[in-house]
Amino acid sequence: MKTIDRTGSAEVTLPSDTEILIIRRFDAPAELVFDVWTTPEHVRNWWGWDTDAMSVCEIDLRVGGGYRFVAGDGNREVAFRGVYREIDRPHRLVSTEVYEPYPESESINTLTLEEEDGVTTMTIVVAHQSKEARDGTIVSGMERGLQHSLDRVDKVLIAELENV
Amino acid sequence: MPRAATTTDAFNAVAEPRRRQIIDVLADGERSVGDLVGEIPVSQPQVSKHLKVLKEVGLVKSRSVGRQRLYSLDPLALKPIHDWVQEYERLWNERLDRLDGYLYEIQRKENQ
Repeated sequence: MKTIDRTGSAEVTLPSDTEILIIRRFDAPAELVFDVWTTPEHVRNWWGWDTDAMSVCEIDLRVGGGYRFVAGDGNREVAFRGVYREIDRPHRLVSTEVYEPYPESESINTLTLEEEDGVTTMTIVVAHQSKEARDGTIVSGMERGLQHSLDRVDKVLIAELENV
Repeated sequence: MPRAATTTDAFNAVAEPRRRQIIDVLADGERSVGDLVGEIPVSQPQVSKHLKVLKEVGLVKSRSVGRQRLYSLDPLALKPIHDWVQEYERLWNERLDRLDGYLYEIQRKENQ
């Protein structure tokens, strides 16, 4: 039986102008989490939407090797690709990521796994090029480039919405 | 979804770091252009230019008090951005919940 229900426990924050930070804990050893993250046979079981198998799941897990994931839910299809830059199983994985409709939106994603007492904490930092946030013309880079100060605005917004 | 590269929506308006600083200050309450110039290292013409953009997309509204014009935030215009961050978090949660469920399943099978 599962001891802790961690559903919906991923924390997403915006630590800087250009980064997104995602933190999530798993009740599994780091080696297993790493393998499930980097092996096509495993990735196919969780990456896409529930309803549709991934149409493409290619992984060449070598420094300089690439990956490409394509998944759809019948209405839309999303395609991501990138190149592995650092591989240190099971602690660290650095790769580039491009959302294919926006080839200029490349980010550098750093995945870190830390295991303690059988619980692995996954940390993902999605770092966009600051230029993109500055330019303000690249939608995905821009939307992700929102700085944490907007969190304060968020509070104002929530208060406002509650009053409507 | 493609967006115009001009200042036609809230996303484009907040893409500029100085404009985000202005939004941040206005989140604390109404300010005049002079107040903003004192709080952000930007010249008065620049502040005025950014306020104009923020007003065009409805993020900022203004009112006259005596000889002063005071600017304040209209948080409802930020809703698309708020929604985006929430949507992003929701997508990551869905994905990582599936990963969690899958990890649980394969460990359960290994232990059998």
